[in-house]
Formats: sequence, structure tokens, C-alpha cells
Amino acid sequence: MVDLIPPLIELIRLSSTSLPLDVEQALQNTLHSEHPGSPARRTMELILENAAVARRKSVPICQDTGTPIFTVQYPAGYAQKELRFAILTAVEQATASAFLRSNAVHPVTGINSGSNLGDPWFPTIHFEESGEDTLVIDLLLKGGGCENVGRQYSLPDETIFAGRDLDGVRKAALDAVFQAQGMGCAPGFLGIAIGGDRGSGYLASKQLFLEPLDAHNPDPALAALEERITLEANQLGIGPMGFGGKNTILKTHITALHRLPASYFVTVSYMCWAYRRRRMTVRGEAITYA
Amino acid sequence: MPDRAIPLTVPIAEPAISNLSVGDTVLLSGIIVTARDTAHRWLYDRFIANTIAATAEDQVVYEQLRTYLAGGVIYHCGPVVRQDGIGYHVTAAGPTTSIREEPYQADIIRLFGLRGVIGKGGMGTKTLTALTGNSAVYFHAVGGTAAVIAEHIECVLDVLKHEFGMPEAMWVLQVRDVPLFVTMDAHGSSLHATVREASRARLHSLLRDD
Ligand code: SF4
Repeated sequence: MVDLIPPLIELIRLSSTSLPLDVEQALQNTLHSEHPGSPARRTMELILENAAVARRKSVPICQDTGTPIFTVQYPAGYAQKELRFAILTAVEQATASAFLRSNAVHPVTGINSGSNLGDPWFPTIHFEESGEDTLVIDLLLKGGGCENVGRQYSLPDETIFAGRDLDGVRKAALDAVFQAQGMGCAPGFLGIAIGGDRGSGYLASKQLFLEPLDAHNPDPALAALEERITLEANQLGIGPMGFGGKNTILKTHITALHRLPASYFVTVSYMCWAYRRRRMTVRGEAITYA
Repeated sequence: MPDRAIPLTVPIAEPAISNLSVGDTVLLSGIIVTARDTAHRWLYDRFIANTIAATAEDQVVYEQLRTYLAGGVIYHCGPVVRQDGIGYHVTAAGPTTSIREEPYQADIIRLFGLRGVIGKGGMGTKTLTALTGNSAVYFHAVGGTAAVIAEHIECVLDVLKHEFGMPEAMWVLQVRDVPLFVTMDAHGSSLHATVREASRARLHSLLRDD
């Protein structure tokens, strides 16, 4: 097995300092619809300039390097324990190199561990044995500002006139975007899980952020709902950073999970414009990044 | 809305603040101090509510802050800082969400005679009232633009309460031409309140559609 620690540090560096190209393109596409000289337009220009500077200087795009969320699909034969050790070591070293800010704070003592290592939940690592012969590790850096504006609704919810159907999902999503205003660092991206329980709903809604922006929802009803939510969220006029403008949500992803008869959750996760996701693929000795 | 950015230097004189209004773009230079949750709470407990007695060392830090913050600016930011043989270097320094400091901010504006607070997301009515009463404004930095803002930080002059940890410590920064937007002014206007109300009306009509 190749030594995974240096390639994992590179995965973290790349995630923190270089926006994925589809995300950068989506941000670029907002420029023409915001009025030149408006706070919204200047904000988008600064965001794009920031992305360029971060990449050129190899520094974090945003100082909140978030919760590192790793998703590991491994071939038979790998030991989870070793993979975990490699990931934790890489996180610690990447933090020492300032690609990550030390972000792990004990909630009782208030002490920051200084290394981004906390407990089995921090950093977050999801493992799955894949049946393929390649090792695939996805990394998502999920910032705190946008995490704080995520919401979970239990339908029906009379306060937003939402029943247990797809229109109720639409209403919950729009309410979440309204409540977030600019605080999730708009323009943002939505990951929505319909159904599940409170735990699986959040998990699945965040895993949607691993999808490329042009991913097509195989369910036509959900694909149509994604389009409609994005369109209507932008009609709220919240705009970049909540300064008012046309671009609030750039993409909505929806997934549906089996639910209990008694429950109907709609879980909305919000990803800020600093949408940092990268993938590392290990095939034998060859390592590639996307 | 003027198309050109307005240059401002800390310490900021009162008339420069009255001239600003919501929607203005500003390029800020001079000395600013980062402060987030721990720092606000620390100041509040010891120098405003007086629920905790300040130690002699606390008093020294407080006096230093007074010199930096008279007519000065607090920045809601937890930077990424690298240390080498020469000193500290800020590699990323974007704003953090300001509303968490809402319980303390108004008193801290009065305590130091601040002319501005930099952050993101805006603040509430208590802070807006303090801005109006003390001739100060809220500057919105673009959330997440940590690398660009770091480019406008010339040097780290000092770090106070380093033991709070890297994000929570108070970093005293010399900055030049940091791009900022005025979103709450000294005349009682808040862009955040305006956008929220307009979006609320729009939301209500979208929730009634089927
Ligand atoms: S929400 Fe995103 S862009 Fe905004 S400060 Fe947090 S990590 Fe950075």
C-alpha cells in the first residue's frame, strides 16, 4: 500500500485553497445578472478575485476551513483503522501548515485542540467498502456560517403552510433560504433530503454536496422541484451576502429517503459560495485529484 | 450610490462617519483589532457587567485596547495565522457572523468609542441604536474572502490574549485599503432590515402559490 499521508495532505491543501472548476464557473455566471457597481456585483467580483488569489498563493479560500468531512470508498483489503490513522495524521499536519485553521473546540471546556482532531466525530469520516479496485476519498470542507443556517422541518408545518408533499418541501426550502438571508455566505447551494429520520436526513443532505453541479436528478419530479426551488429562492432578492440581488441560490440537489409512517422530515443543508470539495483516487501506485 | 470607493483611515473622525450611508463601498486603512465570541464575553464580564474582577494583567490588556480602539474599529474575525522566525503572518482573515455578538456589541461600542464594527451578516436593533447614538457604522466584509483580505493586511502589530486560541485571540492588525460595504449607518438605516422585509413579502406570496 502506498503511503497515503502525503497525498492526503495534498487533498486537504487542494480542497482548502482551490475551488472546484464547476463551482467557480457557477460563481462567474452570476456576474452578468448583477448591476455593475452594485454591492452585489462588487461582492461577486471580490469572491472571484479571492478564489484566484487563494489558488495562486496556495492559502485557504476562507479562514473558516470548516468541518473536514471525509467519505472513503475503499476496496476489499484495506483496513479502516489504517485509513483513519492516515487521515487523522494528514489533518494534523495540514493544520500545522495552515491549510486548515484549528477548528475543533471542546463544547464543555471551550478548549481548542489546536490540531483539528477531537473525537470520533471530528473530523467526520464515513467509510464504505466499495467492491471496486480503486480507493476514492472525497473531502468536503463545510464552514460554520453556512452550517448554522441549515434547517430541519417536520411536516406538516402550519407556520409555512407546508403539508406532507413535494409542495411542502418547496415551502420548507424557501423558508430556510429566507431565514438564512446572507448569513450562510450567499450565493449558496442547497442539499435537501426528504424523509429519513433526523440523523439520516442531515447526513444525506450533506452528501449531496459531493455531486457535481451538473448532476441530473434521475427522478423527473425531483428534477423539476430542484429547478423550481432554485428559481423561486432567487426571486426572494436576498442576493450575494444578503446585500440584495438576483443570485441567492445557484443549485439545489434533492434526495428522497424512506421515512417512518409517522415522520416526514425535510432537511435543508446550505453550502456557502466557498464550496470546497475535492476527490482523490488511488489506483495502485497512481494518485489523481479532481 | 457613489461608484467609487471611499478611503477611510483609523482613527476615524466623526464627520467621516456621518457622511457614510448604506450601500457605500469603503477602503479601510490603519489599525484594527479582531474580536469574536471569547473576547466580547471577556470584555463584557470584566469591564461592563463587572461580574468578574479584572486581574492586573486583564487591566493591562484593557489599557492597550483603549489606545487601539478610540475612534477605532473591531473586526469579527478568527484569522489563520502562521508563525515563523520573524513573527506572525496572517494567511486568511475573512469575517465571521456578527449577530453572535449582539448581546455585547452596543456596550462595547460605547466602552471604547468605536467608530466601526466589521463583520458579516449584519446586527440587530440594539447595535443599530448604539451606532446611531455613538456615530459609528457597521462595515460588511465579504464573507469568506479571506485570501483577498489577508492581502490587505500589512502586518500583525500585536496579539492580545493569545491563550484564547488562534481564532479567538485579539489580533492587532495594520491594514491598507480593505474593501468593505456599509450596511448599517449612523442614521439608523440597515440594509439587512430592508432586504429581510422585502424578501419576507416575497416569501409570503410564494408560500401561498401551489
Ligand atoms: S459560510 Fe463559508 S464562506 Fe462564509 S465564512 Fe463560513 S466557510 Fe467562509
